[in-house]
Amino acid sequence: MALLELRDLRVSLEDGTEIVKGVDLAVSPGEIHALMGPNGSGKSSLAYALMGHPAYEITGGEALFDGQDISDMGADERAQAGLFLAFQYPHAIPGVTVTSFLRSAINAIRKARNAGEDDPIPIPEFRKEMLGAMEDLKIPRELAQRYLNDGFSGGEKKRVEILQMAMLKPRVAVLDETDSGLDIDALRIVAQGVRELVGPETGALVITHYQRILNHVKPDFVHVFVDGRIVEEGGPELAHKLEAEGYEAFLPEGAEA
Amino acid sequence: MALTETEVVAGIGNEYKYGFHDPEDYFFKSGRGLSPELVAAISEHKNEPDWMRKFRLKSLEYFQARPLPAWGGDLTGIDFDNIFYYIRPTEKQANSWEDLPPDIKNTWDKLGIPEAEKKYLAGVGAQYESEVVYHKLKEDLESQGVLFLDMDSGLREHEELVKEYFGKIIPQNDNKFAALNSAVWSGGSFIYVPPGVKVEMPLQAYFRINAENMGQFERTLIIVDEGAYVHYVEGCTAPVYSSDSLHSAVVEIIVKPGARCRYTTIQNWSNNVYNLVTKRAVAYENATMEWVDANLGSKLTMKYPAIWLMGEGAHGEVLSIAFGGKDQHLDAGGKAVHYAPHTSSIITSKSISKNGGRASYRGLLEVAKGAVGAKSKVVCDALILDEDSRSDTYPYIRIDESDVDIGHEATVSKIGEEQLFYLMSRGLSEAEASAMVVSGFVEPITKELPLEYAVEMNRLIQLQMEGSVG
Repeated sequence: MALLELRDLRVSLEDGTEIVKGVDLAVSPGEIHALMGPNGSGKSSLAYALMGHPAYEITGGEALFDGQDISDMGADERAQAGLFLAFQYPHAIPGVTVTSFLRSAINAIRKARNAGEDDPIPIPEFRKEMLGAMEDLKIPRELAQRYLNDGFSGGEKKRVEILQMAMLKPRVAVLDETDSGLDIDALRIVAQGVRELVGPETGALVITHYQRILNHVKPDFVHVFVDGRIVEEGGPELAHKLEAEGYEAFLPEGAEA
Repeated sequence: MALTETEVVAGIGNEYKYGFHDPEDYFFKSGRGLSPELVAAISEHKNEPDWMRKFRLKSLEYFQARPLPAWGGDLTGIDFDNIFYYIRPTEKQANSWEDLPPDIKNTWDKLGIPEAEKKYLAGVGAQYESEVVYHKLKEDLESQGVLFLDMDSGLREHEELVKEYFGKIIPQNDNKFAALNSAVWSGGSFIYVPPGVKVEMPLQAYFRINAENMGQFERTLIIVDEGAYVHYVEGCTAPVYSSDSLHSAVVEIIVKPGARCRYTTIQNWSNNVYNLVTKRAVAYENATMEWVDANLGSKLTMKYPAIWLMGEGAHGEVLSIAFGGKDQHLDAGGKAVHYAPHTSSIITSKSISKNGGRASYRGLLEVAKGAVGAKSKVVCDALILDEDSRSDTYPYIRIDESDVDIGHEATVSKIGEEQLFYLMSRGLSEAEASAMVVSGFVEPITKELPLEYAVEMNRLIQLQMEGSVG
């Protein structure tokens, strides 16, 4: 059964503007899906709506996670259930170190999974996991003691998003344009992080404008997303076609990619 | 009882022999209001020298002559005729934990004092009601010649030293509430650190208000002699009562050449307390004075720890946190006055307001003519958590010297929906996410607190954000 399933999903802004106009999508364990689309197509809105951003309202259809409708759940409950969003623009939290933040987030999720009883991760175990994951992602150790995303470079922010993903071990990770602004080495590391996460119990949805991350992530399915709808679906070959021909063929007449 | 407080105090003289019974069973509880007779009776009861009695009486005149300050917070709710100015719950001080009356012990157990002591206390002075009842000085401090007593004992046992400095840093007529404290003070700490002695562990005192309409007027005097160092920590917590209480302390500190003093406060009075405190330090040549001042509780706080930089090369720092929640007004900040060349100061203020609360920064930076090369930096950041809350900044700057380096920065921010969403998307509840943003906001100051206090501070912030405390 699919872990994340969208059925004719519709999303509107607070002012009523419909941004996602009926999307069907199913992500099963072990699968990597790529959602590709031009700027302004509503990709990021879909990601925010999935994670429960209060400015995006699900106005129609269904969003199911592990068979359960998540549209009335808060972002925290969705995270606790196993959904993760790697942000395109992660926010800075001055005064809160990466270490302290990660530990709080892990403990919040452990608590939720332990029927609301505190079940903090033992500190040695936490340290070992964090240092291991940081090494894999080639994140310098000193970053762990810096304030979360505060003064980080674009590349550091993205790597720390992947670090969070690796530590929180979601069941479905949505990556919102994590590839934008990354050099090739960083891109490779991020892609490796995604591949390592995805397994018999986890899947991923990689949202991107460009094909190049897909050379490293190697999606099983590619969906072309234009103007709030999936307009074409296929295997990895579709991404190459898009790379060669651009989005023009999928756009309404007169529009620019 | 029909007797007034004055009559009761006068009547008992020095002969009071009753022990402690329970918190509401003081040896007198009737009689409220302030008069020269009460002040004289307090002095008499304490068996004070004549100069102190006169000092008190003169201070009362100043207090009565001065109008209420028209700035800061609303003080009109204080009913000076409805306050006890002097209450004493137990006859004499205890020398060890075991000697304390069980009721007091229970209260302190709840505050975690024994644990704190076990871990790293160098000495404990704890104030229950108006009088220090428990005071302990570790032997190693005594052997170094460090004096750490309650102020009453300090006056009795070291009168000459007290007389030299008492009321000299904060004159009795400095302001209305300093005058009030000078008239009716009781308890507080007296500390003297001899030249070159560095007190490794923080000296701590706990204060507590425990009776309705109860005034607390403790008086603290700290003298850090040349090249010496001491860190004094006070933490306050009080249960909530239905009518208003007044807490008006005076803290005077002398930091002699080359010495360093740090004074840390966590104030968490219940939300009916008027907390009107005057704190001032003088720092001489190459001395360093640091105020770390965290204010979470009270109905109204007006407190601006001050440093007078009197000697060349002296350095002062004020780190201030004010957290104003529902029905609270915290008017806090700091003052740095540069009177000597090449003096430096840093004032860092973090204020938070929430649930219609109000937090203000009020600060003074003054550089006198001739204080060449003075450097000062003032940073005040405000965080407003909702639309109903308020934050204000009142920076006063007076510079009479041209060769100076002065910086002032102020920021106001709100917890953004995006920031909260980001944290919640990692599994934190809204309250946890808000608490994390607030803890991060004040982190530059909490990291300066002793570890236990930093933990307690973050716990208090969490409780505030969860709405489980006022």
